[in-house]
Amino acid sequence: MNARRIDNYPQRTHGEFRLRAGRPLPFGAAPVAGGVNFSVFSRRATAATLVLFEKGAAVPFEEIPFPKEFRIGDVFAMVVYGLELERIEYGYRMDGPYEPAAGLRFNPQVILMDPYAKAISGRNVWAEPPDWSSPYPYRACLVPEDFDWEDDRPLEKPLEDLIIYEAHVRSFTRHPSAQVQHPGTFAGLLEKIPYLKELGVNCIELMPVFEFDEFDNSRTHPDTGEGLLNYWGYNTVGFFAPKAGYAATGRLGMQVDEFKTLIKELHRNGIEVMLDVVYNHTAEGNEQGPTLSFRGLDNSTYYMLTPDGYYYNFSGVGNTVNCNDPVVRSMVRDSLRYWASEFHIDGFRFDLASILGRDPCGGPMASPPLLEALAFDPILSKCKLIAEAWDAGGLYQVGSFPAYGRWAEWNGKYRDTVRRFLRSDAGQLGELAQCIQGSPNLYGGNGRGPTASINFITCHDGFTLHDLVSYNQKHNEANGEGGRDGNDDNLSWNSGEEGESGDPQVQALRLRRMKSAVALLMVSQGVPMLLSGDELARSQGGNNNNYCHDSELSWIDWELTGPGSEMLRFVKHCIAFRQRHTVLRSKEHLRNADFLELGSADISWHGTRAWNMDWSGESRLLAFMLDGRYARGGQARDDSIYVAMSSSWEALTVELPAPPAGGSWHVFANTGADAPGDVYEPGTEPPLPDPRQLLVGARSVVILVAKELAAPKDGPSLSP
Amino acid sequence: MEIQIKRHQNALVAEVTGEIDGRTAPELEVVVSPLFQGGPLVLLDLTRTTYMSSAGLRSLLLLHREASAQSTRLVLVGVCREIQDVMGSTGFLRFFQLAETLASFGQEESTQP
Repeated sequence: MNARRIDNYPQRTHGEFRLRAGRPLPFGAAPVAGGVNFSVFSRRATAATLVLFEKGAAVPFEEIPFPKEFRIGDVFAMVVYGLELERIEYGYRMDGPYEPAAGLRFNPQVILMDPYAKAISGRNVWAEPPDWSSPYPYRACLVPEDFDWEDDRPLEKPLEDLIIYEAHVRSFTRHPSAQVQHPGTFAGLLEKIPYLKELGVNCIELMPVFEFDEFDNSRTHPDTGEGLLNYWGYNTVGFFAPKAGYAATGRLGMQVDEFKTLIKELHRNGIEVMLDVVYNHTAEGNEQGPTLSFRGLDNSTYYMLTPDGYYYNFSGVGNTVNCNDPVVRSMVRDSLRYWASEFHIDGFRFDLASILGRDPCGGPMASPPLLEALAFDPILSKCKLIAEAWDAGGLYQVGSFPAYGRWAEWNGKYRDTVRRFLRSDAGQLGELAQCIQGSPNLYGGNGRGPTASINFITCHDGFTLHDLVSYNQKHNEANGEGGRDGNDDNLSWNSGEEGESGDPQVQALRLRRMKSAVALLMVSQGVPMLLSGDELARSQGGNNNNYCHDSELSWIDWELTGPGSEMLRFVKHCIAFRQRHTVLRSKEHLRNADFLELGSADISWHGTRAWNMDWSGESRLLAFMLDGRYARGGQARDDSIYVAMSSSWEALTVELPAPPAGGSWHVFANTGADAPGDVYEPGTEPPLPDPRQLLVGARSVVILVAKELAAPKDGPSLSP
Repeated sequence: MEIQIKRHQNALVAEVTGEIDGRTAPELEVVVSPLFQGGPLVLLDLTRTTYMSSAGLRSLLLLHREASAQSTRLVLVGVCREIQDVMGSTGFLRFFQLAETLASFGQEESTQP
């Protein structure tokens, strides 16, 4: 802003401070020439006061009431001149009625954080005990927004080409074996980018990075007595501020620069950044929770309240953000726009997204204004929007989330079906065939296509892949809730022995089943998501709700012990195979038809007899063939691929169809074979000894690719 | 913060003592920026700089840009480990050429990129 604007002069003074009426937009604190414009909304407050602190000081150095004339509509806005941006922290006091039954909880004794704060101090260093008596525990700070992105921009990779890697910032590099300079931080993660590149994933989805309170857990570890944490961070304090404790430079208030540096470097390496965002509830909890910001600013605007003024709890953690209130809707949109434009974020995964489709009384809406607004937002239009399409209030919308042609979903049905198949349940093949195709039963009829399906077998919630094949039951005692927390229905099987096993046969079977799971995930249409650490066979000791442990139970161990290195090699090649073959990444659902009249369908189904799939309940073999000439709906040409997946406990001899476009079958992967014959680097697959038949081992997946025998093709069939 | 301007061989040197933060950074810019007209090489000696805030780093980058625009090389000398570390984590480090000490700058130069 030009310092010489004719309206940029103080109108009045307060003590030594010069003031003028501010601008209501943007909300929050924005530097203007010579000062700062403060703007805060409250529909029902009768008066507001700006409270200014020297950085870290216990008591404020100034409190400036907003003059009545500085209020426009429901917005208090004021410019204060002569502030040093780096040295101040600010908050508000709001006056108004305290009538909880009517939803009003004003209390001018409490200093409130700006909901638009771009940086928040108070938890600057991870798990460093704060001053519990502080009158203002989370403090709004100003940040410079002049990061030099050079020519960086969001990558805008097509959704169908994405391979998502779900990771926790701290878990990724906190373990000493990570050997990074700043363990557990954005800077630490940056040092591990070469690993991600080598693994082959092209999108990292970060578990919550908005400022949160890691101390929001009153339980203790039953064995050690140590206090447990809210380690995952699904309890947002502020929707615009990156977590300071995740930055090595957080103690200096430079978390914004550090996080942006990480994003820029990931982009430089072709890796998109997706954020797991939590708009459904906040860290303020229910009636008993602390008043940090929203509750004291305008309780009944920000939260869904019962007619008696209590908090609806559709999130399962105390309160529910009133997402479809017009003001709250704008705040959520402003927050997402900020991350997309200022941080170059490529996409968002919305925690308990079904809450975002509820009305202020909690009822599910057919056309939720928030979801529509995000779907058609001009700034978010190239961002991936992914819904966790359920909530803790019983709303389950997998396949029916209001999508507006934009929203994808965590496909919970994919996870459940594949898990049932992996533990050899009967009667799964029909559902499994849907999963393999990107769930046309969920996303076909409504025209959403396979990219609406984010396919996953494991995620942060629940067992790791290793534990899925090693435990029948959850083992959550360490969480301090007597084992009552966490999901009871894991659809898992321990492969013959519960937990750690010294039996080589059990170990081998587990490794095989883990490989089969990843193989299955990587040949499914849709968008695969891998849980960080699964590629290293990471165990959580059977804990399926690991939200509270800042310990080796959560951290990635980079020493490749046990099955880790063999698993990593297998996963790496599976990812590379998917990247190489467009036929695995269709934008549209396959048609199960020979619509180009080539002599075979785009996808065909097979059993122990070629062209003869056995769909009966006791059958446990599903085989399919993708005709490479149908890649990208016939627009591209790829190799043909044949996959046989068996959950039978016996080896099966399987008759093979001839490759539809000629050539012969080569073996890419066979999870029933010992390493190194379990997988081959794509492009080096050896020919199958007997082109007419194949032995599929128990609980195994075999992937074949059709190639000319002589003169291997140079130039893989990548995207057109 | 105090700034002393000296000459070292054929370069101008600005030696900064104390803290560079939002309060002092504007002065740093005002004092150092005219040096770019005085020769092709300016050394910013930060050996005695004890603290660098976000605003300080921004001033350094602005000065670096200004120097480049005037075809002057700006080299940071004696940046302590801690400040270097912060500059690394926040992405500032990669823009700059560094030298350990004023005395060693001549020898280092041949090995610097």
